[in-house]
Amino acid sequence: MSNTKRTSKPLSLTPATTAGKKAGVSHLGRETALCLVLLALAALIALLVIGSGDYPMGPVKVMQVIFGGGEGLESTIVFQWRAPRAVAALAFGAALGVAGAVFQSLTRNPLGSPDIIGFSTGAYTGALLALTLVGGSFLATSMGALAGGLATALAVYFLAWRRGSHGFRLILVGIGVSAMLAALNQWLVLRAEIEVAMAAAVWGAGTLNGVGWPVLIPALLAIVPVLGLTLAGGRHLGMLELGDDTATALGVRVEPARLVLIVLAVLLTSAATAVAGPIAFVALVAPQLAKRLNRAAGMRLAPAACMGALLLVASDLVAQRVFAPVQLPVGVVTVSIGGIYLIWLLAREGRSRTQV
Amino acid sequence: MASPMPTAVNPENRGPDAEPATASITLRRLLPLLGLVALLLLTALCSLAVGSKHIEFSVVIDALVAPDGSADHAIIRDSRLPRAILGILAGSALGIAGALVQSMTRNALAEPGILGVNAGASLAIVIAVGTFGINGFNGYVWFAFGGAVLATGAVYLVGMAGARSSDPVRLVLAGVALGAVLSGIGTALALVHPSAFDQLRAWTIGSLEGRSGEVLVPLTAAVLLGFVLAACTGRSLNALALGDDTALALGYKVGRARVLILLAVTVLAGAATAAVGAISFLGLMAPHLARRFSGPDARWMLAYTAVLAPIILLLADVLGRVIIPGELEAGVVCAFIGAPVLILLARRKKPVAV
Repeated sequence: MSNTKRTSKPLSLTPATTAGKKAGVSHLGRETALCLVLLALAALIALLVIGSGDYPMGPVKVMQVIFGGGEGLESTIVFQWRAPRAVAALAFGAALGVAGAVFQSLTRNPLGSPDIIGFSTGAYTGALLALTLVGGSFLATSMGALAGGLATALAVYFLAWRRGSHGFRLILVGIGVSAMLAALNQWLVLRAEIEVAMAAAVWGAGTLNGVGWPVLIPALLAIVPVLGLTLAGGRHLGMLELGDDTATALGVRVEPARLVLIVLAVLLTSAATAVAGPIAFVALVAPQLAKRLNRAAGMRLAPAACMGALLLVASDLVAQRVFAPVQLPVGVVTVSIGGIYLIWLLAREGRSRTQV
Repeated sequence: MASPMPTAVNPENRGPDAEPATASITLRRLLPLLGLVALLLLTALCSLAVGSKHIEFSVVIDALVAPDGSADHAIIRDSRLPRAILGILAGSALGIAGALVQSMTRNALAEPGILGVNAGASLAIVIAVGTFGINGFNGYVWFAFGGAVLATGAVYLVGMAGARSSDPVRLVLAGVALGAVLSGIGTALALVHPSAFDQLRAWTIGSLEGRSGEVLVPLTAAVLLGFVLAACTGRSLNALALGDDTALALGYKVGRARVLILLAVTVLAGAATAAVGAISFLGLMAPHLARRFSGPDARWMLAYTAVLAPIILLLADVLGRVIIPGELEAGVVCAFIGAPVLILLARRKKPVAV
């Protein structure tokens, strides 16, 4: 805005200001509309996911079954077999998108994500140890991942603590700890039998194969309230983006606010990771995509959540269908879809900038 | 290396390309650097002496100066010397590439892998092994280099598409995005081809072991070219650190500088990564370490990085040979030496931002 004002003639100042006000009002509208569109798309794709498989059903049919119009077999397929997977994709996508937005905002770095404090790397280490030492049932892998991820996040936070958690110090310590664990992971993968190593690689890419209600419900019980709390805390995030001093002046207790936001983001990530593995890239790319579509100045959490849900459910559809009957791990598709979409947005942005 | 931390030079007195105000500052920067060079030579000697068969230092010197064809001399000249040279070349190449990327993008998290080098190289290896059935390091090393170069070129095209002056954030995001796509395809292919997966996991970890001496000649050429390019960009790096607008106002050709830097990064990181594997953490941490010694001037920072990074890599290689029976890959040891140093640095002083 300031640039346009400086270059425009004094006479045009008044219209420019009113235009600015209008833009401010319509911006919330734009954000709401964006969220609704993303959610509608996500819901539609979720219906397609539920409908696809050995017993194909159209979206309309799926709707009928969901609202009680199905026979015994159909409702078993929809509710017991396929719905958990679609619900997991939506919930985990939203959780990862918000977690990423929180970290990118707190670190003021587009590369920020819960990976920065080593969560995903630590979770992978825990799961690898469970897979190679204990033999890796679903429960053992989940618990290993959860323990590994949380222990790593705690270690990073306390190693970086020194009269306050300086954002940049957190990043450096996180990089260091992640690098050590990543090296350990690679070493474990290299030393393992090739079959174990490949199973670990599938888990390490993040996969929704075989997700059922018994594992999903505890994760949802964690994700839904935490997601609500985080979205409510988004207001503080905007002020923290202005810098510690300004935020303090605005009445934010910087250190507790930052700690709470980090804890919430880590909880979101850990719930998703325990069930589905460290699904790559959603936390990193969803906030960036949402930000580019939303055109807001700061990092907004709600669009990031909706974008994350859409991205993950769409990726899951592709992961199931492209090489069917081979089921790719969803993380492999997430990186491709998210990456290609981000590349396209960047290229389009570049073109429109030259026209201006 | 208990050299005192150089005190910060009063920044107001110095333009981006001003020479250090006094000779004493140059000296204060130069002496620790010379000390580090000596340390590098010492590490290189250790890497010649230590291994599954320990060889006395005097024998090592003899082997270098006056080889008599004995078994020990043969081990040193044919196997350990090429390995040490590989470590020095690849280490400083990765370090400088990391320093250039961090300075150019003004992002402390940037590493050589961020411009798609690692993802491009590993996808190329997967294709080479999985599709063409090529096996062994010598077979796929050129594929890896080609993949790295192509990926970086593509990142550059996406990051710069249409924009008049390249925005570093766009470049980083383009690198992350393209890297993600390539590694996603690579992982998917590797999961379908177990043999490719097997070769990939051995390459990714990063090691100086089992590389043939044939790599050294092209690697030396690439590293020399990269060094010359990097040296040409030293002054522009200082200007870029002030922001694109200031750099433009000072008369620097920002776009051209970025292209040169990117070329240097591509050649250095591409060649080193193809030769030793994806040890990009070295390129990430060495510049952070170097900044402690060098102060803000990018040229000194590059010089320190060029010496510090190979010290870390060689040390990792030597330790990897003695820590466990058999051998621990240099890439693993590198992370376990480098990361604690990085953490200690981050805790000890107020972090030096890029």
